[in-house]
Amino acid sequence: MTPTAPPHHLPLAEPADRYRAMRLVRGFEEQALDLVREGVIAGGIHPYIGQEAVAVGVCAALRDGDLITSTHRGHGHVLAKGASPHRMLAELAGRVTGLNRGRGGSMHAADFSLGILGANGIVGAGAPIAAGAAWAEARAGRDTVVTAFFGDGALNQGVLLETFNLAAIWRLPVLFVCENNGYATTLPAAGAVAGGAVERARAFGIPAQTVDGMDCEAVLAAAAGAVERARAGDGPSFLECRTYRFEGHHTMERRLKLGYRTAEEVAGWRERDPLPRAAAALDPGEADRIDAGIGQLLADARTFALASPAPDISGACDYLYADGLRPRAGVTL
Amino acid sequence: MGTATAPAAPAKAARKPATMAQALNRALHDSLAADPTVHVLGEDVGTLGGVFRITDGLAAAFGPERVTDTPLAEAGILGTAVGMAMYGLRPVVEMQFDAFGYPALEQLISHVAKMRNRTRGTMPMPITVRIPYGGGIGGVEHHSDSSEAYYLHTPGLQVVTPATVADAYGLLRASIASDDPVIFLEPKRLYWGKADWSPDEPETVPPLGRAVVRRPGRSATLITYGPSVPVCLEAAEAATAEGWDLEVVDLRSLMPFDDETVCASVRRTGRAVVVHESSGFAGTGAEIAARVMERCFHHLEAPVLRVTGFDIPYPPPMLERYHLPGVDRVLDAVARLQWED
Ligand SMILES: Cc1ncc(C[n+]2csc(CCOP(=O)(O)OP(=O)(O)O)c2C)c(N)n1
Ligand SMILES: [Mg+2]
Repeated sequence: MTPTAPPHHLPLAEPADRYRAMRLVRGFEEQALDLVREGVIAGGIHPYIGQEAVAVGVCAALRDGDLITSTHRGHGHVLAKGASPHRMLAELAGRVTGLNRGRGGSMHAADFSLGILGANGIVGAGAPIAAGAAWAEARAGRDTVVTAFFGDGALNQGVLLETFNLAAIWRLPVLFVCENNGYATTLPAAGAVAGGAVERARAFGIPAQTVDGMDCEAVLAAAAGAVERARAGDGPSFLECRTYRFEGHHTMERRLKLGYRTAEEVAGWRERDPLPRAAAALDPGEADRIDAGIGQLLADARTFALASPAPDISGACDYLYADGLRPRAGVTL
Repeated sequence: MGTATAPAAPAKAARKPATMAQALNRALHDSLAADPTVHVLGEDVGTLGGVFRITDGLAAAFGPERVTDTPLAEAGILGTAVGMAMYGLRPVVEMQFDAFGYPALEQLISHVAKMRNRTRGTMPMPITVRIPYGGGIGGVEHHSDSSEAYYLHTPGLQVVTPATVADAYGLLRASIASDDPVIFLEPKRLYWGKADWSPDEPETVPPLGRAVVRRPGRSATLITYGPSVPVCLEAAEAATAEGWDLEVVDLRSLMPFDDETVCASVRRTGRAVVVHESSGFAGTGAEIAARVMERCFHHLEAPVLRVTGFDIPYPPPMLERYHLPGVDRVLDAVARLQWED
């Protein structure tokens, strides 16, 4: 029996909503880590834990119909833009009920009905896609805004700089969001990004600012201004969100015991955890109530994912081309 | 930039269990020690020692100016290697995974592969590009590609892929020593397989371009390489129950291609199946089947068959066991080699 995911809606309008969304992302990732350890999620994940304020703050500045492109560390973006946690978890576990029917996995989750153009396993690759979508939407006369999320590592890919240029000369409604978590895998951004992130964007005439990526409300405020600008037809903006991933680059890293970050550095950033900060601004007891609700939602998502079947091999060749062109299986006649 | 002095090479070692990853690491170490122009560069190859730990310890031993962490910029990394090669260095570039080599294809196809020819032999490109490739590790599409056919279709590149611990060492050393560019494809799911091995035994360094018969047999030849070699050896063992004595040829080097070893085998057995993970259409197996047919037509008792990955993007973890050629699919193909008539 293939279970059906319940309807899902993620409001982001109020501070309590945004706390709830961050808790959802955090809890989702913690559960996903468990499922990697249990062998239910094959291939591991890039955990988003620590960076929740960026995805939630930016998505809170967007409206339905706006679009995003995401990254290899994309669970937070996808959930904050409203994807069903049930179907997202099923996607990670490779089940037919997943967002991509189990064919995309952690790094390629997409939901076009929600404007989620896809996580992306290729660093930097999402940005030009965002620019192209922005062009098409603008040409169709819609005031859609497209957000491209990417990391500090992506700043060094040529395609990102090419996209800055294209978006600037064509005045595209794009919001570039660089999540600077200090490292590209093990390489410190400090020694790898010459000239600095915002300076690069400004060199293309793109308004750019740095914001505290551990503060959801600060991210929202900055993103809201940039979105307004894009929607008014005034072109792209760039936001550098200073943030940190609390976990390793990838779940494999646990086994490697790498020493590129000091325990003090990690502890220092953990003290700036965006969740307690957001919880402190809520009414007493509210955060606890929200946490309990999210706990239940995620437990349901887990049950849903585990009860969902794996895809069948018979459909493996069905979707490569439009009808009528079927690729061959692997043996010649 | 400071200068690091290379440590002395360790004394001759006896054979002991080693993984392919260790053999590759040792090959890089020995190449760096033997030739001061060798320069390892790539994403996370220094501090981390590579995501698969193939460059583990090299930055500590040889210093960051010979084992260099680069920013995330594949086209820039490989383009830089072209200039380095022009001015006396022997770059060994790591692409972190198969699909991450694609941003560098322009440098590779338009410059690395063409430079010697374009300069009428005056400007060789002694560059080795190491790429972990293939599936079987539960990765998703960008982390499990078999990209050999793209490279093979580019005149000017050599394409090499080891299947054993000893070959991993020998072929990587020979690749780095080669004055022409080598795409060195490392079958990532064999990284942790162990064998008794010592780097000091000379027969562990085969020249590029020589295939090897891994298992002699008389009934039919399985022609294969890289991650599919263990599959074919297992299939050959299983086939004895059916009364087939299969020969297994491990190509090791796809370009240059060892027609001699392959055709000698097929002429002996009269039947051949090509086995590889990458998709079949316009793939490596198509070239091999054509070459065998052109050279061994009168010795063939049956058409050359291919067992390959499906003609689809690499599937998600729950489906990869169907996509990868396994023992059953190899034996099915062998069964169709017209034994009756
Ligand atoms: C083109 C390409 N090269 C290499 C990789 C391997 N890789 C995956 S994530 C990563 C680091 C990315 O760093 P950053 O953009 O800062 O994002 P973060 O992981 O910090 O979120 C690398 C090198 C890749 N996915 N794509
Ligand atoms: Mg980063």
